[in-house]
Amino acid sequence: MDGPVLSVQDLTKTFSNAGRDLTVLDSVSFDVPAGATCAIVGPSGSGKTTLLGLCAGLDRPTRGSVRLTGTDLGPLDEDARAALRAETVGFVFQSFRLLPTLTALENVAVPVELRGESGAREAAHDLLDRVGLADRSGHYPTQLSGGEQQRVALARAFAGRPRLLFADEPTGNLDTETGERVERLLFDLNREAGTALVVVTHDLELAQRCEQVVRLKGGRLVEDARTGTAPAGDVPRDGALGDDAPASGGRQQAEAA
Amino acid sequence: MALSPFRFAWQDSRGMRRRLVLYVSAMALGVAALVAIRSFGINLERAVEEQSREVFGSDLEVRRSAAFPDSTEALLDSLATATDAAVVREASFPSMARFPASGDGDGRTRLVQVRALDGPYPLYGAVETTPADAASLVGRDTTGALIDATLLLQMEAAVGDSVQIGGRTYPITGQVDGVPGQTDVAGLVGPRVYLPLAALDSTLLGFGSRARYSAAFRFADDAVLEQVLPSLDAAEVRYETAGDEQQEVSEASGYLARFLSLVGFVALLLGGIGVASSVSVYVSEKAETVATLRCLGVSSARVLSTYALQAVALGFVGATLGAALGVGVQRLLPVVFAPFLPVEVSNAIAPRAVLEGVAVGLGAALLFALLPLVGVRRVPPLRALRDDARARGQDPLRWLLAALLVAAVFGFAFVQTQTIRGAAAFVAGTAAVFALLALAAVVVRGVVRRVVRPGLPWAWRQGLANLHAPGNQTLVLLLTLGLGVFLVLALGLVQRSILEQVALPSDQAGAPDVVLFDVQPDQRDSLRQLVQGEGLPVVEEVPLVSMRISAIEGVPVDTLAETSDASFDGGEGGPERWALQREYRSTYRSELVDSETLAEGTFQGTVAPDADVVPISLEVELALDLDVEIGSRITWNVGGTDIETEITSLREVDWARVSPNFFAVFPAGPLDAAPQTAILLTRAGSPERSASLQSAVVEAFPNVSAVDVRLVLDLVDRVLSRVAFVLRFMALFAVVTGLVVLAGAVRVALAQRTREAVVLRTLGASRAQVRRILLAEYVLLGLLAALTGGLLAVAGAWGVATFAFQIPFQPDLSWLGWALLIVPVLTAVVGLAGSRGALRQPPLAVLRAEG
Repeated sequence: MDGPVLSVQDLTKTFSNAGRDLTVLDSVSFDVPAGATCAIVGPSGSGKTTLLGLCAGLDRPTRGSVRLTGTDLGPLDEDARAALRAETVGFVFQSFRLLPTLTALENVAVPVELRGESGAREAAHDLLDRVGLADRSGHYPTQLSGGEQQRVALARAFAGRPRLLFADEPTGNLDTETGERVERLLFDLNREAGTALVVVTHDLELAQRCEQVVRLKGGRLVEDARTGTAPAGDVPRDGALGDDAPASGGRQQAEAA
Repeated sequence: MALSPFRFAWQDSRGMRRRLVLYVSAMALGVAALVAIRSFGINLERAVEEQSREVFGSDLEVRRSAAFPDSTEALLDSLATATDAAVVREASFPSMARFPASGDGDGRTRLVQVRALDGPYPLYGAVETTPADAASLVGRDTTGALIDATLLLQMEAAVGDSVQIGGRTYPITGQVDGVPGQTDVAGLVGPRVYLPLAALDSTLLGFGSRARYSAAFRFADDAVLEQVLPSLDAAEVRYETAGDEQQEVSEASGYLARFLSLVGFVALLLGGIGVASSVSVYVSEKAETVATLRCLGVSSARVLSTYALQAVALGFVGATLGAALGVGVQRLLPVVFAPFLPVEVSNAIAPRAVLEGVAVGLGAALLFALLPLVGVRRVPPLRALRDDARARGQDPLRWLLAALLVAAVFGFAFVQTQTIRGAAAFVAGTAAVFALLALAAVVVRGVVRRVVRPGLPWAWRQGLANLHAPGNQTLVLLLTLGLGVFLVLALGLVQRSILEQVALPSDQAGAPDVVLFDVQPDQRDSLRQLVQGEGLPVVEEVPLVSMRISAIEGVPVDTLAETSDASFDGGEGGPERWALQREYRSTYRSELVDSETLAEGTFQGTVAPDADVVPISLEVELALDLDVEIGSRITWNVGGTDIETEITSLREVDWARVSPNFFAVFPAGPLDAAPQTAILLTRAGSPERSASLQSAVVEAFPNVSAVDVRLVLDLVDRVLSRVAFVLRFMALFAVVTGLVVLAGAVRVALAQRTREAVVLRTLGASRAQVRRILLAEYVLLGLLAALTGGLLAVAGAWGVATFAFQIPFQPDLSWLGWALLIVPVLTAVVGLAGSRGALRQPPLAVLRAEG
């Protein structure tokens, strides 16, 4: 497809609280090309999560527009935006957000089933295999470690073959080692599927691996830079998957969200 | 979309199903009550239909409150001969019965209802007697008496002894164990003695007797009945048929069943509130799942339908559970109600009742669950990114649902009461009680928080704090438990007040406790001497004159009756028929008595016997019913003579007092020579002296009847106790529902409790300390519920006593004390039992589950 997969124009979000207006996002504009990787960085309270929520159509801006895969979110109601998400968007959350009542396999299958496509279980199984959790497909989220949960979440994010993946601090709740494995997996899958990646992060190393860095400060865009780095090209693909296998015994305790 | 809503709803309920079933089992008891009562109602209706002949005892009955005139006698005889019908003639009246051999040979006496029969009684059904073959003696024996089993027991008499009724003595030839169509309660009020009509002491049927006469017919078939009726109509003879009776009993039993259904419905509503509160906690726990689904692109309608499906499935489980329970309870109802019912009711399962109960329960569960469930539509997907993301503003759908709920309650009440006013009253009353309870709960909670808190030990302060913690269910629990306490206590308190009220007079020094009535004018002097000879005082002697209204303001009563008002609405739209046509027993005297107060005009105590217009005093309410006022003229027919009167005063009468009270009081003079009987009141002071007086009176004046006020009070107590038992049985459903809601709420809060317990234990609290906190919380909750419900019950009972029964309220606070003791214990037991899991969890496992 031609044109950017995500286009943000003059995006502003103002909250009214006790009669006082608080502008958390102020006239932000940037584009993310198809298949590209983009990091949104900035200190706490700089408006990163707000920007992500607006980009994914989870919230409405006070001013400005968001175009997702060429569609303007402005005129769409909540359900239409949900339908658009089901078609084009994947999500990875800091606290994983697996559905606690579904098994790993069922969690991964949800996006495929949402689209009404057949073969959801097979596709989910392949993806679980891809993230190295094929043997844990029948486990419930509480039976998995934090790293395993996030890998299931990754598999789920890619299951719908989205054009664009939003990741909110995907490694924020993981220790450094597990975080790095999840990161590698994220970029691998991104490259394989041609999915654009928008990742909100504190982690500067993670940001450096993205082709584009959007830096926020006090709700304003202070930098929209192309790093020119080839994303994670030097990471051996096989190694990315084997190390965090459950059999290694190094299961991590997840912190509370 | 292929993500099957059924499958997803099923998957989503994993790990919660047991807990969810507990939510909806709160509905189960309400459904059980409805199913049980409805089944019982259906069976009752069928029984009335099948047993109507037995209940009524004949195909046709001609009744009169005096002996039949010769013309009617001739007509009845010719009918019987022409149709070859079986006929039972009866004279029935209250009289004293004396059992000479009882009471260690001194004899015992009691007021009984005599049924003097002649003919093959009963025409339908069978009398049960001991010995069994004595049954054939009823109505056919010419010498002996058959007597209700309970009366024989009371009088310590047996078959073979004798009984004196009026001036005659009869051998007791049998004990009557059961008569078709007669309720136990009726037997309690007036135990029956069956005598041969031909062998009756005729003085008992003389002037002033309250005998009722009847002739009952059994025809070969209904066609004969239809042929007979026109000739009775032509002769203007009043009659009743088994069909009329069946309709009356059906209507009465229908009212009973519908009233009880409403009580059961209150339990269902309580359960509904429990469901709504549990589901709202469930929804808030599911918020993150919902937000994630929304992020993944699931529409809000899909999310709602997922949870609505769960609610329907669970509602079905709850309703089915309830229906099963109801079928079980229904087997008990015929036993509970047997004393009140003239028919034998089967306890067969009525499929229609079961289906209706399940449908109502399912509907209620869905409506109550949807109220919080629609909230899932408005969970913002942003919640997946930020925990503090909330929906803003009001949800119009929720208001719509609330309106639908009120409409549904109204609809149900309308089906039960069949009047818009009744349904509106039910909705308003229920809403008012709920609102008052909620308000009282908020107030009591606030007061307790402010007043008690500082001095308490740590665990208690912590427990108290839990009642105010965010997401608490204190209000709902206070509402449900409080309503249960309210229902049971209010019923008990009202019952106590009524009993205290009727018991009061006999406890006052000098107040009469034995009433002698049917005293003939020529017996008054010698009876007075007899009473005084027994060493007892004559407290009051009251003459009674029977009369009817023949005209008001010169307009004949028949003319007035044609245009009169058949309803009981206190004089709206002219005089009321019952007031025009009834027989009045009036008295004459020269002054007002203690139970009367002058409301208007002047009471004239004495006038010349030959006064043209007699000044009389009417009771205030009656004046309204007759549509008359001071100065109105009423013509009374007294024993065939018209007496012209003018109303010169109106009196308020305290009818609750055990003393003879009257609608109309005449001055001394004009009625002195009228046909009359008298009542004599005395005070025996003890049951022994009362018994001895009654024996002496019956011996000397067989026609005079005696009532021991103590026995009447005992009777009122017994009848009220039985009525109260039925009501409390129904109220029990509400109480148990309250406990189930409590159990459900405890279970719902378990996750939260577990987190708290784990944090506390991580910080170093012992299991015992955590348990103490929980104990404190539930004991306090129970105390508050008992206090709120109890105070409202006292207020409610006061209202009912003061305004509905118009009697002084006698609060028996020991009941409140028991409630304050029992309810907290029950609450604590249920609460701690449900929270065991919270204490057992090792802290580590819970921390892990948080991920």
